[in-house]
Amino acid sequence: MNNSQINQIKDKAFQYFGIFCTLIGIVLLVIFIGSILIDGLGRIDWNFLTSLPSRKAEKAGILTAWSGSLWIFGLTAIFAIPLGVSAGVYLEEYGKKNWFSNLLEINISNLAGVPSVIYGILGLEIFVRTFKFGGSLLAGSFTLALLILPIIIVATREAVKAVPHSIREAAYGMGASKWQTTYTQVLPAAGGGISTGIILALSRAIGETAPLIIIGALAYVPFVPTSPLDEFTVLPMQIFNWTSRPDHAFVVNAAAGIILLLGITFLLNGIAVYFRNKWQKKVKW
Amino acid sequence: MKIREKIIEGGLAFSALITVLTTIGIIWVLLSQSLVFFKDVSIVEFLTNPEWTPLFTNKNYGILSLLSGTILTSSIAIAVALPIGLTIAIYLSEYAPKGFRTYVKPMLEILAAVPTVVYGFFALTIVTPYLKTIFPEIAPFNALSAGIVMGIMIIPMISSLSEDALFAVPKTLRDASYGMGSTRYQTAFKVLVPAASSGIIVSIILAISRAIGETMIVAIAAGQQPNMTMNPLETVETITAYIVQVSLGDVPHGSIEYRTIFAAGLTLFIFTFILNNISFYIRRKYQERYE
Repeated sequence: MNNSQINQIKDKAFQYFGIFCTLIGIVLLVIFIGSILIDGLGRIDWNFLTSLPSRKAEKAGILTAWSGSLWIFGLTAIFAIPLGVSAGVYLEEYGKKNWFSNLLEINISNLAGVPSVIYGILGLEIFVRTFKFGGSLLAGSFTLALLILPIIIVATREAVKAVPHSIREAAYGMGASKWQTTYTQVLPAAGGGISTGIILALSRAIGETAPLIIIGALAYVPFVPTSPLDEFTVLPMQIFNWTSRPDHAFVVNAAAGIILLLGITFLLNGIAVYFRNKWQKKVKW
Repeated sequence: MKIREKIIEGGLAFSALITVLTTIGIIWVLLSQSLVFFKDVSIVEFLTNPEWTPLFTNKNYGILSLLSGTILTSSIAIAVALPIGLTIAIYLSEYAPKGFRTYVKPMLEILAAVPTVVYGFFALTIVTPYLKTIFPEIAPFNALSAGIVMGIMIIPMISSLSEDALFAVPKTLRDASYGMGSTRYQTAFKVLVPAASSGIIVSIILAISRAIGETMIVAIAAGQQPNMTMNPLETVETITAYIVQVSLGDVPHGSIEYRTIFAAGLTLFIFTFILNNISFYIRRKYQERYE
């Protein structure tokens, strides 16, 4: 066998190894999700969705958890979307190239890499203790809003950057001011990219557990929150709590909760992909 | 009209400023509480004591035993994710048919979208029982299972950033290599990987930083027992898992036990901060090399 043949064999071997590696992650995920469906699907019924938590696994429901997640989703969106989009627009459209914009850029890239537990510690000291919100929905959603802010900012910047300069020149040429140009031309044109980023960021917020544990969200909340200052639990907290109990019946509950959480996560990601594709098709410069 | 424009610009600038306030807030909170902590516990003890037992009557404050848990689980995760992620990147950019690539990439990204508490559940209820059939002596909570699952989670991080880097290598380099009669394998490893090395290194650094900061998987599957060991079959506790453990208990606010989470958090923050800045610096320095 000569050198050339050996090289051909190496080439082929790596091709098969490549296919194997590409599929292994996906196959493992399918196995994981399959086993969770087997474990938990039978547990999901109307009672499970509408019952309060309980010490008895068969009676325990997930009502407080999903309603808490819904609250967190809404409040976090209210805080994070305006802030994130404004900051992104400022950095891309208004910011001048100087030391300050450079600092902001390094800063955002750093914040995106800060572990979520650190955000939890920040939320604990600032929102729970200093502002005295306690372990409430308000403290939780403020903390998560800060956590996803860098994701929304980066997505907004990318989308705004992709809007061609000619659009802006045309608006200025018609006598529009900077803000009028941004609001009536740039933002609508960048809307698809911004929405995709926002939805992905919120899907991340829905799945977060650690920061909420640290700010003192409780695993056992026997009522549905009715105001932002109420204590709360969320789906991932409830799943974590059930997972860490030795009784197998609670593990089944956890699997059922995971089916619900994954359903929401995949739905949000699907919507984000849909927005991205629709936007890419529609806008041709 | 002019005033309205100014007010709007001010509002937008304020939003951008929030991000700076967040960073200042994080550093201030961690430092101010840690300083009080270090009044009671000497830094020398913090850095050299081999035991971490703040919640027991016989108190020891040695961060090393938590740090070793973090290093062990992160190393396992990288050992899983790096070869697989890099192979995927090379395969998708050099070998895979175009159609295959457009389907596979979003599917890989699903791996990154799954909430970490779900991965923790996988590690504890599926991977650990499976590992027990291979290593009967494995602990119910262990570093290996958590590390492997964490590795699966960060595969898409390495594969997609590395693929971007490989994709950015100019076509002329590729053509030159194929023109010399190289196989795809030779082109990939002798030409493309070296040319894209800065981007690949960035992806690895970011993956390490992510693994160090990962919380729920290790809190669920690796255990809550500080342990200075490099044996992956044993129970360990990471810095992040300790912070969760304290938060779940009822440690009184203002006590020294309470402040341990800030000292632990500060340690964690320093590591991720350094890694993130190295990656930012490399990206800045090399991103325009081929343009």
